[in-house]
Amino acid sequence: MKMVTKLLAASVVAASFASMAQASTLVYCSEGSPEGFDPALYTAGTTFDASSQAVYNRLLQFKPGTTQLQPGLATSYDVSKDGLTYTFHLRKGVKFGATSYFKPTRDMNADDVVFTFERQLDKKSPWYSYVNGGAYVYFDDMGMPGLIKSVKKIDDYTVEFTLTKPNAPFLADLGMDFSSIVSKEYADQLQKAGKMQQFNQEPVGTGPFSFVAYQSDAVIRYKANADYWAGKPKIDNLVFAITPDAAVRVQKLKAGECQIMAYPNAADVAALKKDPNLKVEEQQGLNVAYMAYNTSQKPFDNAKVRQALNMAIDREAIVKAVFEGMAKVATNPIPPTMWGYNKSIKNEPYDPAAAKKMLEEAGVKNLEMNLWAMPVSRPYMLNARRAAEIIQADWAKIGVKAKIVTYEWGEYLKKSRAKDHDGAVMLGWTGDNGDPDNFLATLLGCDAVGGNNVAEWCNKDFNALVTKAAETADQAERAKLYEQAQVIFKQEAPWLTIDNSTVIMPMSKSVQGYVMNPLGSHNFEGVSLSK
Amino acid sequence: MLQFLLRRIAVLIPTFIGVTLISFSFIRLLPGDPVMLLAGEHALSPAQHAAAMHALGLDRPLPIQYLDYLRGVLSGDFGQSIVTKRPVLQEFFSRFPATLELSIVAMIFAVLIGIPAGMFAAIKRGSMFDQLVMGSALVGFSMPIFWWGPLLIILFAGVLHWLPVSGRISLVYYFPPVTGFMLIDSLLSGQEGAFQSALSHLVLPAIVLGTIPLAVIARQTRSAMLEVLGEDYVRTARAKGMPPRRVIGVHALRNAMIPVITTIGLQVGVLMAGAILTETIFSWPGIGKWMVDAVFRRDYTVIQGGLLIIALIIMFVNLVVDVLYGFINPRIRHN
Repeated sequence: MKMVTKLLAASVVAASFASMAQASTLVYCSEGSPEGFDPALYTAGTTFDASSQAVYNRLLQFKPGTTQLQPGLATSYDVSKDGLTYTFHLRKGVKFGATSYFKPTRDMNADDVVFTFERQLDKKSPWYSYVNGGAYVYFDDMGMPGLIKSVKKIDDYTVEFTLTKPNAPFLADLGMDFSSIVSKEYADQLQKAGKMQQFNQEPVGTGPFSFVAYQSDAVIRYKANADYWAGKPKIDNLVFAITPDAAVRVQKLKAGECQIMAYPNAADVAALKKDPNLKVEEQQGLNVAYMAYNTSQKPFDNAKVRQALNMAIDREAIVKAVFEGMAKVATNPIPPTMWGYNKSIKNEPYDPAAAKKMLEEAGVKNLEMNLWAMPVSRPYMLNARRAAEIIQADWAKIGVKAKIVTYEWGEYLKKSRAKDHDGAVMLGWTGDNGDPDNFLATLLGCDAVGGNNVAEWCNKDFNALVTKAAETADQAERAKLYEQAQVIFKQEAPWLTIDNSTVIMPMSKSVQGYVMNPLGSHNFEGVSLSK
Repeated sequence: MLQFLLRRIAVLIPTFIGVTLISFSFIRLLPGDPVMLLAGEHALSPAQHAAAMHALGLDRPLPIQYLDYLRGVLSGDFGQSIVTKRPVLQEFFSRFPATLELSIVAMIFAVLIGIPAGMFAAIKRGSMFDQLVMGSALVGFSMPIFWWGPLLIILFAGVLHWLPVSGRISLVYYFPPVTGFMLIDSLLSGQEGAFQSALSHLVLPAIVLGTIPLAVIARQTRSAMLEVLGEDYVRTARAKGMPPRRVIGVHALRNAMIPVITTIGLQVGVLMAGAILTETIFSWPGIGKWMVDAVFRRDYTVIQGGLLIIALIIMFVNLVVDVLYGFINPRIRHN
């Protein structure tokens, strides 16, 4: 008993210490450990939160809360008439954050920018493979090696990118985490000391926070970058308390062990909203779940059949059953938080009687088909099996017999990409860079048939619009083209659009100025704590 | 004795081969292929796919892959994490002290409560106390960790605010690890309140992890004690008029402890399995959490290497228990 009292006393003491020292410390209960601290090597959001979002900046950055680009380390850029050359004018007086392991002697300049991209482009660079078995996966995935012809320093504050073809989404790629500008001076220093691996363990960037220490799987500590070009952050310290269990994150938030947390369980959200000390913010995620008909196979080559099948499905019921309110029915192939989203489009009405009639008119009787359900839970579709069962039941009402099929995840992806797969495949996508091209061309373009385009849908008009938009520099004009493309998509109905999931961020009421990011990252640059 | 030792070690060889075969097959037996899984929704070109398979060494004949793997393991090379690109062995040992610390404290908790509880239950056989102990042991043994952990957190951290929710030490304290054992490091740091904070963070996870071993030990002690209490020599000792405390404490308990010690040794495997869930719930940065992360990230080399290292540790502990047992009990040694 004495022991217990002692422990109690100790925890009370610790708690009072905590409130004193945490006056300007924001503790974020994060969901997992970062894979490393060089964002260019990875593709996971958890890693980006801990590296690129906290420590680094990019030439162009996403305006908080939107997918629009705004100046970052570049103050402006010029595009040549042929759309092949982009010239960036760099911000002057940008300091890299000083840390215990690196003291910068110069400001950020063109050398750093060139180095950032050269190391990912040039296979001969020692920095191309400085991590044994590591690769610049995301850079490769986004097709950058084939797109960037050269990166040249014009003078200390001017960098010129030459492309192999005009490509407007390129700008959005520069806002992505792998385009985070790293310090060449730091890299050179590590190379000389034979400690290149440290580049991935102790990051140095121009961002709002400087890295202090990482205790594996437990805590990441940062301090505010006093010289930050956009103004010193309002909090002095940022701490990531790595807490993998969602229910435990909720308990920590309630107990005041952290002030903000990521990814609560749907079941906890209602209680969190009722807690007088907490507030809950939400936003549509940059993702979409869909069911793609194989339009290269009969009878799914007929748009009327696809529309009829869509009309028979009650999407609200799926969202309710699978997400408990943490998602909204999707209408377009791009999520509503993205620029270029066409608000005037509506989903096919839920009307089983009309659907049945349409199918009969199209001459389809006793249709039997496969309905593919993913074996794994994804952010855009938590339980594909459950969703498939609802669709199956809805279709049964109009006389369509669906057999639910599933495979192990790797096999599922492989088989669904085969051109002659049978039936309708449930799948989804999470946006990479906030550019509509990343959904519309990547998932529905003619080039993606046999790959990501599991609807095997190649519509000339749609494809022409999307291709033209990618080659057009002006964003307003691009948005118009994408809006037209979405009209064609809805008329042709290669997919049943299912849902966009909702992202929830519970936080203490003392947290001010946190802006949710539609791209899914967690950035604490503008946050302050009130008492 | 030497012969006995060699015999025990010889038995380990087929077990070792079996364990390496299982951990080797694991990654290869999965339907689909690991590269496809890693790429997820992003489609890979056939060339990218082939390159990735080659990088993982998955494009060579299976027997050659196995021999290479075995050679690596024997020279201490358990491969390299697909995700962090660091050697699996290094990743393992940087996290092992956290698991060891938690396991030791959990075991102390289980032994200190389990043995007396089982002993008194046996002495007072059939009493209310006996029924209470055996009933609780059954409940404890059946308690799923993923439920028991959150329950204690909600009660002691959420409602009563007596103990912290999760982690190893309050975030206020920061010092570089020396031994990796937070209780020792917090003392070495000299920071006021650090040790108490580390200790208070240990209480809940140790109880959760120790509950199943506690139940097993209590039951085993009770039945071993009952058996011994029925032996002739105990009756003789009693008949001679020896005080009951001496009969039980010296004559009975010592003999009853032999099977209990074996049971305690066997609990190492239970602790390792339990650590996976306990560490995930309490954000405890040990090997359990490391393995779970690896599963979620599909980091096959870590899962494969981690499983093997854990299996080897369990094999080693069992060997030690076997040898100790033989040392205590000559009948085993000469059989």
